[in-house]
Amino acid sequence: MKELKVDGNSNAALTQMAAEADSAPEGTTRRKFSLSINRAYTMVAALAILWLIFAVLTHSIFLEPRNFSNLIRQAAVTGILSVGMVMVIITAQIDLSVGSLVGLAGMAAVLVQVQQHWGLIPSLLTALVTGLVVGALQGWLTAYVRIPSFIVTLGGLLAWRGVAKGISSGNTYPVQVSWFRSLGQAYLDNTTGIVLMGMAVAAVVWIVVRQNAMRKRHAQEPWGHLGLILRIVFPVGLIVGFVLMLNAYSGVPVPVLIFVVIALAGVFITRKTPFGRYLYAIGGNPEAAKYSGINLRVHVLLAFAILGLLAAVAAVIYTARVGSAGPDAGTLLELDAIAACVIGGASLRGGRGTVLGACLGALFMVSLDNGMSLKNVPDFIQDIIKGGILVAAVGLDVVGKRRD
Amino acid sequence: MTETPTNRPLLLEMRVIGKSFPGVRALDGVSFDLFPGEIHALVGENGAGKSTLIKILAGVYTEYEGEIYINGTLRHFRSVRDSEKSGVAVVFQELSLVPELSVGENIFLGREPTRFGMIQWEQLYSRASALLSELGLQLDPRTKAGELGVGVQQLVEIAKALSHEARILVLDEPTAALTNVEAEGLFTILKNLCRRGIGIIYVSHRLEEVFRLSRRVTVLRDGRSVGTEPVGQMDEPRVIAKMVGRQVSQLFPAGRRTPREPLLEVRHITAEDQNVRGKRVVNGVSFTVHRGEVLGIAGLMGAGRTELLMSLFGSFPGKVSGEVLINGREVEIKRPSDAIAHGIGFVTEDRKRSGLVLEQSILANVTLASLPRVSGKFLTNELREIAASRPLFDDLRIKAQSLFTIAGTLSGGNQQKVVLAKWLLNQARVLFLDEPTRGIDVGAKQEIYRTIDDLARSGLAVVMVSSELPEVLGLCDRVLVLHQGRVTGEFTRDAATPEAVMSCATGQRAS
Repeated sequence: MKELKVDGNSNAALTQMAAEADSAPEGTTRRKFSLSINRAYTMVAALAILWLIFAVLTHSIFLEPRNFSNLIRQAAVTGILSVGMVMVIITAQIDLSVGSLVGLAGMAAVLVQVQQHWGLIPSLLTALVTGLVVGALQGWLTAYVRIPSFIVTLGGLLAWRGVAKGISSGNTYPVQVSWFRSLGQAYLDNTTGIVLMGMAVAAVVWIVVRQNAMRKRHAQEPWGHLGLILRIVFPVGLIVGFVLMLNAYSGVPVPVLIFVVIALAGVFITRKTPFGRYLYAIGGNPEAAKYSGINLRVHVLLAFAILGLLAAVAAVIYTARVGSAGPDAGTLLELDAIAACVIGGASLRGGRGTVLGACLGALFMVSLDNGMSLKNVPDFIQDIIKGGILVAAVGLDVVGKRRD
Repeated sequence: MTETPTNRPLLLEMRVIGKSFPGVRALDGVSFDLFPGEIHALVGENGAGKSTLIKILAGVYTEYEGEIYINGTLRHFRSVRDSEKSGVAVVFQELSLVPELSVGENIFLGREPTRFGMIQWEQLYSRASALLSELGLQLDPRTKAGELGVGVQQLVEIAKALSHEARILVLDEPTAALTNVEAEGLFTILKNLCRRGIGIIYVSHRLEEVFRLSRRVTVLRDGRSVGTEPVGQMDEPRVIAKMVGRQVSQLFPAGRRTPREPLLEVRHITAEDQNVRGKRVVNGVSFTVHRGEVLGIAGLMGAGRTELLMSLFGSFPGKVSGEVLINGREVEIKRPSDAIAHGIGFVTEDRKRSGLVLEQSILANVTLASLPRVSGKFLTNELREIAASRPLFDDLRIKAQSLFTIAGTLSGGNQQKVVLAKWLLNQARVLFLDEPTRGIDVGAKQEIYRTIDDLARSGLAVVMVSSELPEVLGLCDRVLVLHQGRVTGEFTRDAATPEAVMSCATGQRAS
């Protein structure tokens, strides 16, 4: 697993994780991070192998800018769901209803456009409020009424789909507001892409330099010149490669930009806030969390509410990309999102999982979809392969851990 | 003491056993043997290698160096089943009965007597009954295991071991959760088993038990054996010295503390069982703790001691009434966060279940109760957390590679220190300690005692629940005795004698 030569994009996660790991002070074990690093290596390696296989099978159509752009656009929806899902899974809960919720929130947003002639902002708010309310309701039933989340959201899986079918009378409605449609279909022009790229590069440089200064201030050995340069060059290279690749087709897709922002926010929330820390504590040992004065119920409810909100964002992007809202939109998306989290290293028993892992997992699941569709693999075989890979991924993890 | 078995062949011989884990040499050239009808005690500090040795014998660890002979035959166990077939039965410290199954089902779990694939219930229960009465236990084998007290569960575990036709019985801290009466019963049973030629390996931190029961004692330290000797040639200070590798002059800190003004006042606390209406597990308890004082709460298991602390901390699941004053002002504590806000810290009885997030680092555990303050209200800052936790890590001498070591990998004593550090970091003024030295070896115990003393001297008010009477009498300034939820006695340090405290604890007398 050493000396990975990986295609640009996937290396980003790896470098970031390595950088985070190195921020542990000198003279301490890096054990805390070694697990997640190994995991990231495995994930990135698996993704690279998968991409190589598809590149060969499709005579490199898979890695052409056009398909890459498509792939990343598709990944936005699953990716956004996975960011929310992993938070719920970290608290040792599960949400099976997000696919139906995507359908319901998307339908609500389009229906108010069709029937009430609402504009962009009101229809967006309709979707977001729907997601937030449903998420919070399910969180409340789980955390306060103490119905197991599996049951609450299994009920939700059926019920929200039913509501979507009911309010639409089973019909499909086209998106009316063109700005709304562009949330799923538009691209940033190349100049904007380059500007954002420049900002991202500047941010990376700033963060690395600042971390180095912090190390000095806290009497730790600062990174050497080489370390500093590597820590800057790798992520910068990835960002530049990523943007240029997308610019080579039509530019950075808007949904991808939204996904990146949400993923960064997710990483930030889980790693850098007390809220995030509490999620891990609650999932890892609820009793210990309780005795440390953490309000378990509020945090579980919030995790569900965040997931509901993100499901609404995913719904907007999904609906906008397709250009219409149908009663069956988003079916089975919950399974992709859960699979992404689990492949990304989350444990359904709680206390373990990362946003970054979930995003890589989402990329993996979507790459599978995309590559197999390119090869015209029949649907049923796609399902079998995806199911098999999910079980195998967790199986490998379990076996690997047993060997430790 | 049992008959001398020297002329008999060895039941078990473990020769120069070695075992390494990544980065740790857990056992190094340890030899251990056992005669039929003998109780051979195995003592040592946590992390000395006792449980590793036992797990090798039990077939849990299948890769090791050295040789194991059972009745003179070389054996290498590939699984727990393997070991059981050779007549080895281990009762681990953590009880492993399935609470929802009956006693009989538990005893024969996985080996139910069947006929044409159907379980022969009559046979199962009559055999279980026979096993139980062999142990002098009048118990319906159809009772659910979960309904039994810890002491009886322990005996059921032993019955389970015997049902394997075990010749070698390994007991890991068997009295840790037992009352004195229950422990006495256990000792009688063990001696009876010895008369039947069963060899017993007895792992315990309680040296007085070791001296009473066993014929020989083997001391492990840092993965090596530092000697096997007949107990007649040993005494407690010598064993302790061997265990810790230094002379332990006094277990408890010397010198008197001077309690200052009252800090926590508790009036008429009553707690009602969540499931049984009207059953008061704590009944009108009142007491006061002063700054700089250690108040001991003694009592038998089930006397309501833990429930009292839980009620005061806001974590008791049933209805609680009464008044709590801190610094003379009445406070309302409905949930743990209220208690924490008023400066109360609670080191719970079971650190694995309710003290630590085991798969997270020491740092994450230490900061868990005070994250917004030491790290940031909206943003966490690991460097600030390290800066705040480092002094505690050093002062408490937590033995770990670093603050990033995973809590679950630490020994019991060090885990306990991590929980203590969590509350100290939160600047607790009142510290509740529930069985703070349970399952902790002598060396670490002494350190915990000194820490408690230091904390009290620095002005904390400490309330300590303990089942170990010497600990209560040696460490506390005052002792409160509970019996069936009520206070039946209160003693100053000088007035507290083991006899007086016990007679209050058993309800024979109220002072």
